[in-house]
Amino acid sequence: MVIYGVSILAGCMIAGLFLGDLLGHAIGVQANVGGVGIAMLLMILLSDKLRKAGKLSPVSEQGIVFWSSIYIPVVVAMAAKQNVLAALKGGPAAILAGAGAVLVCFALVPIISRVGDQPEDPPRTTAGGGGGKGRQSP
Amino acid sequence: MTGILDTLADVLARNGLVTAFAFVGLLVWISYLFSKKVTRGRIHGSAIAIFLGLVLAYVGGVTTGGTQGLADFQILAGVGLLGGAMIRDFAIIATAFGVKIDEIRKAGAGAVLSLLAGVLVSFVVGAAVAFSFGYSDPVSMTTLGAGAATYIVGPVTGTALGATSEVVALSIAAGLVKSMLVMTGTPFVARFIGLNNPRSALVYGGLMGTTSGVAGGLAATDPKLVPYGAMTATFYTGLGCLLCPSIFFVAVRALFG
Repeated sequence: MVIYGVSILAGCMIAGLFLGDLLGHAIGVQANVGGVGIAMLLMILLSDKLRKAGKLSPVSEQGIVFWSSIYIPVVVAMAAKQNVLAALKGGPAAILAGAGAVLVCFALVPIISRVGDQPEDPPRTTAGGGGGKGRQSP
Repeated sequence: MTGILDTLADVLARNGLVTAFAFVGLLVWISYLFSKKVTRGRIHGSAIAIFLGLVLAYVGGVTTGGTQGLADFQILAGVGLLGGAMIRDFAIIATAFGVKIDEIRKAGAGAVLSLLAGVLVSFVVGAAVAFSFGYSDPVSMTTLGAGAATYIVGPVTGTALGATSEVVALSIAAGLVKSMLVMTGTPFVARFIGLNNPRSALVYGGLMGTTSGVAGGLAATDPKLVPYGAMTATFYTGLGCLLCPSIFFVAVRALFG
């Protein structure tokens, strides 16, 4: 049933936000600390487990897939309710923050790509080879 | 005539959330059409839609003098509910569904390193810019730093920490600038950063993190690379939502509190 999927999703969110609130109390900030991220981790673990156990029917999955596919429209609505007028006063800050992050990250691409490489270690391709990424971590 | 319009306005206002679904759907449709016809797919439809949302929020702010963007128009109050923290977080958490743990392992150490470096570097740049523009309290610095990660991490962090709507809007704008730059700039820098194989695409996705930016940028560079970049990029927002309002905020507060 579709509601099972929606319910699992809701459970992950409540549990994540609850843990985030507890974490906030524990470190003494009046804030939810990482609640959404914790909920996403729970979602990954739970959906992996349920799927491997064959406990999640395709119909139930739809209850989650719907919300995941409506994510961009929700973000559009979120953008449409912001106080943009106030943000524009700080316009250069937004542009500088965004552009600066992009430039530094572009520059890091070749560096980190090289870190992944192990020149002494000839590509030990696993039998299948399809994915080509079957290399063990050092 | 005014009677009919009043009745319509009343129906729209009374069914706010449903009105918002219809309205946002229309916005997204127009944006994807614009993306296809005018930019010939160079700029992703989602980025245009979000940009359009911000423009309309500006119009709403100017017209109504409020702080809630379009949601200050009574007939569009539902946009505030649809785009509010509750439904937004619900949808974001749903995107984690289908991420396979085995795929994380397969992506390897380079991808993990790129994710951590990507979130940290963007955060530091954003927080430093915030500080230099006078947003020097830890909550604002953290929120803007998170916004430099992605336009999702920013508002999620801002909401969690209780940042002002102004700073949250700024963090979305920063994330949006990043997303658009990644989308449009990638084909031009690809040659110089060695972005021509799956491994560097994985690393690139983890460093940039903006899913729409990465998908659009790689599609314009080499469509074969899209799934590799998109796969690591999907972890980025979750990681950012996990790190920014927690460890990073505590660090910023310790340094600048």
